[in-house]
Amino acid sequence: MMDKSSATMATSFVLNGEIVQVDPTPGERLSHSLRERLDRKDVKIGCNAGDCGACTVLVDGAPVCACLMATQQATGRKVETLAGLVKADPDAQALMESFQHHQAAQCGICTPGMMVSAVALLRDVPQPSDAQVQDALGGVLCRCTGYRKIIDAVVGTHAADQLVQAPTELGHNARRFDGLAKVNGSERFGDDVAPAGALVARVIRSPYPSASFTLGDIAGWQANHPGVDTVLTAKDVPGLNAFGVIPGFIDQPVFAVNHIRFRGEAVACVVGDADAMAMLDLTSFPVKWTPQTTLSDIDDAIAPDAPLLFEDRKGNIMCGGFVQCGDADAALETADVTVEASYKTSFVEHGYIEPEAGFAEMVDGRLHVHACTQAPGMDRETLAAVMNMPMADIRIVPTAVGGGFGSKIDVSLQPFIALAAMKTGRPVRMTYTRNETMQSTTKRHPAQIKIKVGAKADGTLSGLRFDGDFNTGAYASWGPTVANRVPVHASGPYHITDYRARSRAVHTHCPPSGAFRGFGVPQSAIAQETAFDLLAEKLGIDALDFRLKNALADNVPTVCGQVFEQGVGIKACLEALRPAWEMAKAECAEFNATHSDFKRGVGIAGAWYGCGNTSLPNPSTIKAGVRPDGTVVLHQGAMDIGQGSNTVIPQIFAKALGVSIDGVTVLGADTDITPDAGKTSASRQTFVSGNASLKAGEALRRKILLQANVGPDATITLEDGKVTVTDTGQVQTLDLSRLEPNADGYVLMAQETYDPPIKPLDENGQGIPYAQFGYAAHLVVVEVDIALGLCKPLRFVAAHDVGRAINPLLVEGQVQGGIAQGLGMALMEEYIPGRTENLHDYLIPTIGDIPPIETLILEIADAHGPYGAKGLGEHVLIPTAPAIFNAIYHATGAKVTRAPATPTRLRAALQEAGHA
Amino acid sequence: MSYITATTLEDALTALTTGPASIIAGGTDWFPAQGDRHFDGTLVDISRLADLRGVTKTDSGWRIGAATTWTDIIKADLPPAFDGLKLAAREVGSIQIQNTGTIAGNLCNASPAADGVPPLLTLDASVQLTSRQGTREIALCDFLQGVRKTDRAADEILTAVHIPDLPDGSKGSFVKLGARKYLVISICMVAVVLQVKDGVVADIRIAIGAASPVAQRLTALETALRGLPAKGLTHAITDDLIHGLTPISDVRATADYRQAAATQVIRRAITLALKGDA
Repeated sequence: MMDKSSATMATSFVLNGEIVQVDPTPGERLSHSLRERLDRKDVKIGCNAGDCGACTVLVDGAPVCACLMATQQATGRKVETLAGLVKADPDAQALMESFQHHQAAQCGICTPGMMVSAVALLRDVPQPSDAQVQDALGGVLCRCTGYRKIIDAVVGTHAADQLVQAPTELGHNARRFDGLAKVNGSERFGDDVAPAGALVARVIRSPYPSASFTLGDIAGWQANHPGVDTVLTAKDVPGLNAFGVIPGFIDQPVFAVNHIRFRGEAVACVVGDADAMAMLDLTSFPVKWTPQTTLSDIDDAIAPDAPLLFEDRKGNIMCGGFVQCGDADAALETADVTVEASYKTSFVEHGYIEPEAGFAEMVDGRLHVHACTQAPGMDRETLAAVMNMPMADIRIVPTAVGGGFGSKIDVSLQPFIALAAMKTGRPVRMTYTRNETMQSTTKRHPAQIKIKVGAKADGTLSGLRFDGDFNTGAYASWGPTVANRVPVHASGPYHITDYRARSRAVHTHCPPSGAFRGFGVPQSAIAQETAFDLLAEKLGIDALDFRLKNALADNVPTVCGQVFEQGVGIKACLEALRPAWEMAKAECAEFNATHSDFKRGVGIAGAWYGCGNTSLPNPSTIKAGVRPDGTVVLHQGAMDIGQGSNTVIPQIFAKALGVSIDGVTVLGADTDITPDAGKTSASRQTFVSGNASLKAGEALRRKILLQANVGPDATITLEDGKVTVTDTGQVQTLDLSRLEPNADGYVLMAQETYDPPIKPLDENGQGIPYAQFGYAAHLVVVEVDIALGLCKPLRFVAAHDVGRAINPLLVEGQVQGGIAQGLGMALMEEYIPGRTENLHDYLIPTIGDIPPIETLILEIADAHGPYGAKGLGEHVLIPTAPAIFNAIYHATGAKVTRAPATPTRLRAALQEAGHA
Repeated sequence: MSYITATTLEDALTALTTGPASIIAGGTDWFPAQGDRHFDGTLVDISRLADLRGVTKTDSGWRIGAATTWTDIIKADLPPAFDGLKLAAREVGSIQIQNTGTIAGNLCNASPAADGVPPLLTLDASVQLTSRQGTREIALCDFLQGVRKTDRAADEILTAVHIPDLPDGSKGSFVKLGARKYLVISICMVAVVLQVKDGVVADIRIAIGAASPVAQRLTALETALRGLPAKGLTHAITDDLIHGLTPISDVRATADYRQAAATQVIRRAITLALKGDA
């Protein structure tokens, strides 16, 4: 029997219909064997703990987490993965069509887990209900979609053969142009691209939030660990041992020197061959820690005797923001009614299912980095400084990104793998563990907000004062941006003549807070929008009417003194909610008349959000050309992190060029071949890169028409490698062979840049912070379980002014995904450093937590937007949490002032409101 | 460092006598506990022991093999007294977890929030432990000794769960309180087995989990409710009858919240069990 010990025993099983044999280590996870030994990269790993379901495979037909099964347990059994299923299984093939049709995959990292789980369901239940789909897919987390499109796709699978594909042109629900790879298992994310035999790097991190340290005998330690190639510390950084995202705030060391400021901060990096690294016990690494006073929160950090994280940042205040117009104090003094309230929000984790991953290698003396990122251009700048290399010698090749939401704008593992590749001369890969990504990457800022707002008896706003402190953690990251954005937005989309908003970014010994969908505005909107409901109540005015009375409009100045002559869509958004609002109020009243244990309420909230950088240059460049063989090529560098720029930017380009996208080859993103389209953040890609794409398309069109010597109304057709131009009935095919290709290989080429027109803000925050805003209003009906303090949203109606919906289905996808994140922030998400560094203690919504969402798309064209389009990515979650809190108040009278409203907190608020 | 796929129980027991070893069946608790650390011990896989899997009727009750998965239990043909166990089975992690996670694993892992424990307590379950020296039977409430602590000796395998026959007409229920719909660790959960005769509670067993280091039966409450009319029974459930809870404060809820919620969840579990009877 003992010879059954399988230390040296091969295991064989049937994988996607073929017998395979592997030699796993004892107790090796099936997910690891499938990916690393059998190269089945369609099996994704998100948590290695059964918390996310991304690695779901079928074993003898039953869905299991491949990360929770020993490979030996698969012996003799039938294992099926997505890539195998879509080749042979009719349910999987129909599902593949349905997923694409409904755009059920955004980033695509959870898609294999979702689809494999769905196949198991469909084999049993060919036409499942919503509830059956939810039960079957409840074990797979998605952070992008809000799940509703996934439910639609699975429910609709049986009719997949009747689906009619939407046209690809602008304004239609074209399938994602990059969508097929997401549903057939061929998409390659950060952990899927390293060459075989690449070295593996792992980071030595601080177990303490505040400590000094000394490194011990590293050479001796390395000598005792065969297979370890090298150990990197601060001494190995040839350039600047610091990174950051904002000039003047480049303050986070690649490797800490002498002391660390947060739990999870890097002090060293160990590099070695994969097998040796897998066996390594990182706790044996020679480092001696001396824990020091920890400033855990804002109150700790601003206490008079608090130690300073940075000597030159007095009082641990990193920076602040300020916007003032009129005289807020005087206006509040003369207001007929006022409301004053305080709010507290928590750290929120981005919770993308793909942990940071990638590899780096040296190629002909140049550094190539293949990793998931939202900002290839910024990665290159950061690495140039850290590596002390010219930018031209660095190539960033982004992989597919399994969710970002702001955190993957900052570098994470890029400096480590770059330094390791340079030092070893070999390809080096790295994948963060779930624990590592949650403890070391950026978070949403916890906020402490005080607000006072007043109104005249007729409902006109009279003064708003806002003070917000934001826990920016140990390092700057995007903290300054949050500090700047919040005072500009804290008025909400309303006309307030007397306004003063202050913000401060406060350092603590917490993970760096950075960019997360909305840059602080979701926090400030909670305060402002819930205070508005209290004010409306005091005035005896309907909450929707109150907002409409004060909503911004064309030619009405914002709190920054910015006046838009056109494109202000907030009133349209609010008005669009009116039918649902009136109906929901009546329904709730009827329900509540006959129920005492459960109460229903409806809430609304408005929002606005400026697209692009705040009063800073923010260009995007797009290039396109025609090859001698007639191929039209678009160089698309706007990172698609699931939101859809790989579809939207080409749709805009095709419209501008006047062709069908089917004839266009799209390349990128890759810093060697795509011009810098800026970062995917600030809801800027559709607006800014979209404009660059439009300009490039128009410029190329002009060149083609000039070549053909025809008028501007001529039609261009791309077919069979030919560029055909038709003008007033005359058809001509361009003779490209007589044209000389340029250095890029194009006989005709256009490269265009767009930078939004903005102006600096003065000391009172007056100026032109953004060229455009997008507008939104959400409505939610909730049911509150009085005794247990549970809030269950029953349905959402979301009105969004997007200027022009380039692809309406992508708009819906953004809205639903944003609402899911807003719901999580409102009801369950609270990251506690050192405590919730996994996906079972840190809860994000599951497929059973997101109710139906109706999206109302409004198109109030913006003069600056491409074809009128406005940004959308962040607007979608800003009104969600306050709408939920307003609905809870409407249902029960309980005031939620602390997010998330966990059962404990909501129950306490209910008791405070007089519920037994 | 080895992986032993036991083909007989004897093999598995012998493997345990040769040195420290971890027993693995579904692996759904073992892998998360192991995390990303390298494992260099011995794993004894008992998931292929056919005798350890399945639900069977015995002369005096029911036997659930140790390696029976939660999905097996959901699919098993069992009387209504097991409805609570089945509802709990549907709450263990996700379908993926239920397909491989086993009943014995849930018990041996000894989490205060183990979904399987309260229903098994209401079923008066006992566990069978087998070693090379023989077998012994111990009541589940005695087997579970604390957080991550059981009475299992290192050379023993939990081989079966035994459930005695229940009073005729008994019905089970289970209610779990968590902060989201799926994949959630309980704030607290309650299982009930109830027998109503002629409109009166003839027998009632109530167990609560995640409100003390080990899930427990609420015997004072059971005594108070026995003999009462089923109609309006929930009104008889008062805080003063709920003794012995020692809830903790953690990321999921505060102790005070748990204590107060317990009463509510008990009422709801009893209401669910009473459906059709009152």
